[in-house]
Amino acid sequence: MSVESANTPTPRRKRSLFEELELDTRLLGMIGAFILVALVFNVLTDGRFLTPRNIFNLTIQTVSVAIMATGMVFVIVTRHIDLSVGAVLAACSALMAMTQVRILPGMGFEIGHWAIPWVAIAAGILLGALIGAFNGWLIGYQGIPAFIVTLGGFLIWRNVGWYQTNGQTIGPLDQTFMMFGGINGTLGGTVSWIIGVIAIVLAIFGIFNARRVKLAHNFPVKPMWAEVSLAVIATAAIAGFIGILTSYEVPARVMARDPAKYGCEVAEGCAAVYGLPISVLLLIAIAAIMTVVARKTRFGRYIFATGGNPDAAELSGINTRMLTVKIFMLMGVLCALAAVVASSRLANHSNDLGTLDELRVIAAAVIGGTALSGGIGTIYGAILGALIMQSLQSGMAMVGVDAPLQNIVVGAVLVVAVFIDIQYRKRMGAK
Amino acid sequence: MTPLVEMKNVSIAFGGVQAVDNVSIDLYPGEVVGLLGHNGAGKSTLIKMLSGAYKMDSGEIWINGHKAQIHSPRDARHYNIETIYQTLALADNLDAASNLFLGRELTTGLGFVDDDRMEAETRKIMARLNPNFKKLKEPVSALSGGQRQSVAIARAVYFNAKILIMDEPTAALGVHETAMVAELIQELKKQGLGIFLISHDTREMMELCDRVAVMKNGQMVGTERVEDVTEDDILSMIILGKNPKAAA
Repeated sequence: MSVESANTPTPRRKRSLFEELELDTRLLGMIGAFILVALVFNVLTDGRFLTPRNIFNLTIQTVSVAIMATGMVFVIVTRHIDLSVGAVLAACSALMAMTQVRILPGMGFEIGHWAIPWVAIAAGILLGALIGAFNGWLIGYQGIPAFIVTLGGFLIWRNVGWYQTNGQTIGPLDQTFMMFGGINGTLGGTVSWIIGVIAIVLAIFGIFNARRVKLAHNFPVKPMWAEVSLAVIATAAIAGFIGILTSYEVPARVMARDPAKYGCEVAEGCAAVYGLPISVLLLIAIAAIMTVVARKTRFGRYIFATGGNPDAAELSGINTRMLTVKIFMLMGVLCALAAVVASSRLANHSNDLGTLDELRVIAAAVIGGTALSGGIGTIYGAILGALIMQSLQSGMAMVGVDAPLQNIVVGAVLVVAVFIDIQYRKRMGAK
Repeated sequence: MTPLVEMKNVSIAFGGVQAVDNVSIDLYPGEVVGLLGHNGAGKSTLIKMLSGAYKMDSGEIWINGHKAQIHSPRDARHYNIETIYQTLALADNLDAASNLFLGRELTTGLGFVDDDRMEAETRKIMARLNPNFKKLKEPVSALSGGQRQSVAIARAVYFNAKILIMDEPTAALGVHETAMVAELIQELKKQGLGIFLISHDTREMMELCDRVAVMKNGQMVGTERVEDVTEDDILSMIILGKNPKAAA
């Protein structure tokens, strides 16, 4: 308190609970919407929606779109768009599938050789990076609008994948590769909890380290009880998430197929849980890295500056053309990683993989509060957006809503979400 | 004394329109030179060649007696040339500190941007320039015209500009804020900066500048010391494109 009186002699205004916690009200609104959706579906499905099994499935179904949505945030923040992500995903998936099923075995690697999945993934990431960089070069250096470049890419890249595979479904994929797909690669109870505890420790350390740095600079800080409440909320959220995922038990018939995979010698009398899927861990890692990039690197700062005022960014000496190349390259790499998750979840590559994903990804980013006018957007928002979309879709499927009606609802939700966001921004006086 | 800036026979054309035609101008340390002229006379264009926003077609720029190569805003910064633009080149969605350090962020040992240190530095310089400035956490879109201008000026001052270009710095400001900018110009002059000032307001220019240069249709009509001319002389230079003393 002594710090405050030294810097700002103005009397402290009485502040509301939310202000005191300095939580993003937009984030709270989205979490509220998500919880509402979940509760409504839970009632409509007689409690089947909020079971560990369904929550587990929901998370692994969201991963692929959510990974790409984190990159789409950067693209949209700089006032561009990428309509080709689903097609790039298909092209990368095709190359990775061909590499592990045809090319490497054709070169004399035995099926199941340890190097196969990693070479395949590296090839996919390289292809994604190249496609993205090429798109970025056309947009940044040649001045072709991103809408046109990626609309072309939307038609081109899926069909490049088709050519690679002759339109065939390629599979089965490598066993190790399929660990990234979700249900085939989970960490079990113990490891999941270890990761959960590490996450909790990091969250608490992060909260209090930020406070320490602020105090060192004599900046005003939140009251101690607010910091402690945040730490408690974070701990509860992480523990709850891990708790749900580790209470989904491996069904007996799955166990009987391969008991060793779940740490049992014989299937009888052995109980195991799935725990945290590797794909979800991958998403969490990507989300963390992308958040750090957005907030703590020059690259991220330049992305937001360019989105806010491209001329100002240029005049400040930022190379906005190269920045565009880097952003689209990153988007391409994320498409490749999403392709790993999407194809391994289905255990093979088919040509229609990721169809319409561009729309889901853009919708996720936009529902998550990314403004198409540029300069505004968050990584966690995009992931929550993806989760809300997926919840709606699988919830409606569980309730038995007709397919056309499902799409009508999702479309309406997208428009309403943006409408609410615009109204909210007007209220808050922000741009 | 060597001039801080010498622009010699500078020309630039945009698609057949000769925006600046064989113009020469100089600027000495501790001096304010005003650029006057109608809209489209070429003032802003001339100055954008110095700040690196435009590339000149022909001519030379000398800084401190050395020939300078300025091809981008980044180059201009190497010569300690800072520009405060008419359009306020700020990223509206970022806060004051991010704008102040845009393109030159302070980083931690690990290479991450050091927001706390930048905020601390911003608090320091703002306490000097504009003590009423308190909105450090909000995006600059939430600031008033004067506050935004002080962010732009803080940027120039913080990075030790030697040559300052101010393109209509008071156009968006109220009376009080305009006075603040005028005071600041005097302060910077004392510190030995050279300032190019662009404005439409002849009276203001007579008060703030040591010399005024008048342009018309891309050409330099003439440069005069303010004590040697009247406001009417300047106006006739702007309107008629003729130097009354040369004609007399």
